[in-house]
Parts: sequence; C-alpha cells; structure tokens
Amino acid sequence: MVWDWLPEYLPRFAEGLWITIKLFVLSLFFGFALAIPIGLVQVSGPKWLGLIARGFCTLFRGTPLLIQLWLLYYGLGSVVPYYPGLRESFIWPILVEAFPYAIVAFSLSVAAYEGHVMKGAFQSVPKGELEAGRAFGMKGFTLLRRVWFPRAMQNVLPTLAGEAVLTLKSVPLASTITIFGVYGVGSIVRQETYRTYEPLLFVGFIYVCITALVVVLFRWLESRVPSESQM
Amino acid sequence: MNIIKSMLAATVITASLSTGASAEVRLGLDSANYEPFYSRGSDGEWTGWEIEIGDAICAAMKEDCSWVPIAWDGIIPALTAKKIDAIFGSMSITDERKKTINFSDKYYNTPAALVAPKGMSIESVDDLKGKKIGVQVSTTHSNYVEKYLSDGTEVKIYSDFNEHNQDLFAGRVDAIVADSLALAPFLESAEGSCCEVKMELNDEAVFGIGVGAGIRKEDTELLAKVNAAIKQIREDGTYDEIAKKYFDFDIYGGSN
Repeated sequence: MVWDWLPEYLPRFAEGLWITIKLFVLSLFFGFALAIPIGLVQVSGPKWLGLIARGFCTLFRGTPLLIQLWLLYYGLGSVVPYYPGLRESFIWPILVEAFPYAIVAFSLSVAAYEGHVMKGAFQSVPKGELEAGRAFGMKGFTLLRRVWFPRAMQNVLPTLAGEAVLTLKSVPLASTITIFGVYGVGSIVRQETYRTYEPLLFVGFIYVCITALVVVLFRWLESRVPSESQM
Repeated sequence: MNIIKSMLAATVITASLSTGASAEVRLGLDSANYEPFYSRGSDGEWTGWEIEIGDAICAAMKEDCSWVPIAWDGIIPALTAKKIDAIFGSMSITDERKKTINFSDKYYNTPAALVAPKGMSIESVDDLKGKKIGVQVSTTHSNYVEKYLSDGTEVKIYSDFNEHNQDLFAGRVDAIVADSLALAPFLESAEGSCCEVKMELNDEAVFGIGVGAGIRKEDTELLAKVNAAIKQIREDGTYDEIAKKYFDFDIYGGSN
C-alpha cells in the first residue's frame, strides 16, 4: 500500500465530497417531496391519478438509473441543438450544466422508490385511527398532517433509511455525465498515479463514513418519533 | 446437485480457458470505439487501422494474438496485473506512463487538435479564457488542458471520447481537445459539421513522441520482439500498404 499521493489530492477529494453530498441531499429532498403525493394518490386519490402514479413507479423502478440519467443528459443534449433559439434563451445556462440533469434524474428515481414505500406506509395506518380523527372534526389536510402522515412515517423510517443509503451509493453514476464527486476524484487519482487499490479503498472509506452518518441521522429521527409502545 | 455440477463444469472451463490464453499474446485496447484506429462492429469483431497493424506485428513476431477490450482508465493496471500482455490501443508514449510501464518504438504519431464551433474565433490559446473545454479522462489531451488551459477555463472530463463530441455538438462545451485523426470521422458527420479544427497542438513534453505498444517493465523479451516486428513491417512495406488503405498522409509522422 502506498499512500503518499493522498495529501496532494485531499483538496480535490474535499471538493468531490461536497458535490457528492450536495447531489445526495438535494435529490433526497426533492425525491421525498414528490414521494408523499405519489404514495398518497395511490391510496386515496382519484383512480386515474393513482394509475399514473403507479405507472410512474413501475417505469422508474423498472429501468436502470444509468439509462435514465443518460436519456436525460445525452438524449436531451442531442435534441437541443435543433431548436436554434434555445441557445440565446435564459434557460440555456442551466441546460448547459450537468448538475441539474443529475438532480432531476436522481430525484425522480428517489420519488419512484420512496413513492412506492409511502404508498404502503399510508395503507398501513389503521382505518379506525383515521375515523377517530374524523370524529374529532379533522378534515382533509388537517387529518393528513396530524394523524395520517405522522402515523405512516412511524412505520416506515427504517425502510426510508435503507432507500437513502442505496441512493447515496448510486451517486458515482453521475461521474458518467462529467459530475466528478468522490468517486470521480478517485478515478482521476487512479489515472494519474496508476494505483488501483488505494484510491478505490479510500473512496469506499469515504462512502462508509457518509453512510454511517446517514444511518445515525435516521436513528435520531426515529428516536424523536414516538413508537407504538410509547403511546 | 445439477446446479453444483454445472458450476463446477463452468469453473473447469474457465480455468482451462485462462491457461490456454496465456500461450497467446493478449493485446488490450479501449472497450469504446476509437475510429479509424479500432471499432467493434455489430458482429463483435474489431476492425480498423490499428487492428490490422497489430495483426501484422503479431504475424511478424510469429505469435498468436487476441484482442481484449478494457475500460481505458483501467488499462495500465490491467497490464501490470497481467490481464493483458500489451496495450495496443493508441496509447501515447509519455514520461509519466514510462514510470510504470515500458513502451515499444512508436508505430504512429498524429497531432492533437483543438476543435470548436465554426462561428467561434480562436486565434490562440488565450482566446479560450472563460470557456468550457471537454477532454477524455486519462489521455494526454487531458494532461495538456490541465497544464496549459486550467487557468480561467472550466474543464469537463468525459469517460468516453464520443461523449465529448456529443456535448460539443450540443453546445455544452465550447471546445474539445483530442487526437486530430480520431476526430476526423466526427467532423465529417452531420453532427460534426458544426465544428472545425481551430489549431493543432504540439508539446512533446505532454504528448510525447507518438504512439507505442505498452508492455510490462519485466517483459523485456516481448518488448524486443515487438520492436523488431515494427521495424520489419516498416521495411518490408506491410506498414505502408495498410496505412494507404486508411490515410492519404504519412501516419507514421517522420522518418525515424
């Protein structure tokens, strides 16, 4: 094992770490925000909306994330030049960057997986509790906010933690569309030093650390939500 | 039980295959197409100028050779780990790489080129300030950009040669630096008609003296054989015959 390259590349790893975390947190945030309505409409929405949500989950869970990412980035990239006005338009600076594409692709993937989880979570809340809420005069959004959503979250936090960790470990895929996170920096080290094990081990080590942090964070969240036995 | 049997059989087959393969010389090349040097058709066969030259060198060495596609950023580790015996995939000879592996004598040399949209005026390297430049990972071109152009420009690194071409066409990068010859088919295509070669880049310290076969340090016997074979096909006209089929200029680049 030779580690003398490490000090030289640490600043770049720090930059990469920031990119990895930014991509991870943002896609988790947007993805979960989408997952709540996607789960909800499958349980209680109008039938056609539920079908659309189900179709979305099936489609995005059934295709590789790498393909989705490339369809978005390279697929759209190959179409865009045929709209001449676009290059002068105000959204062009965003279309040029790779990062927004990654956020969209990762968020949609998170939304599909967690939407499915949330559907089960909403379903698992006993009908009697919702009826009890209604008996207290709660309606629609208030019922969702005060009874249905918190009860659903209680059951599902450990599953969401698992999904979050899986999402984190998909982030290296973004290096294929020029977003060089921790993994990307690792591959630069590999090409410049011709060392294989050390950079890969170091990248793995960083991922273990972030994963541990995510797990601890979710444990803390779980501890804040009163469990069945405490009620 | 059946499953275990077939697994055992598979292990035996792979084992016998790998021992059988060590008798031949395994030539490694990038798993992505690199036209006109090498590309894989829908039938899985590799074709191109470099494939023909490689086969000619093998014939001159009187060795059996096989072509092994490997992801470019892992190709030197694959050589040192003995997964292949020689890199024969348009790898430029550089001092940096020589620290890890040996190189045969060069078998061709083409300049690097800076390619940008036709409308853009680029007179010198200074005009690239504030622009986005695309390069492929693990290439002398990325080393060049890192050395001379990293100040004031944004460098985007791609894992695949074709991807930065696509993004140049899409307008996501303003310019790319790549091998002038490898770029020729792209520039002739409908998508590539957007762009043109703005200048040729020469820097021996970065680009080296040309392209050679990468060979393990300890494998001096193979190195000598490859060098002799290159010399032989240069002298007996095989090299020129193959080169004529692909290029209308001197791909060897000089007489040394």
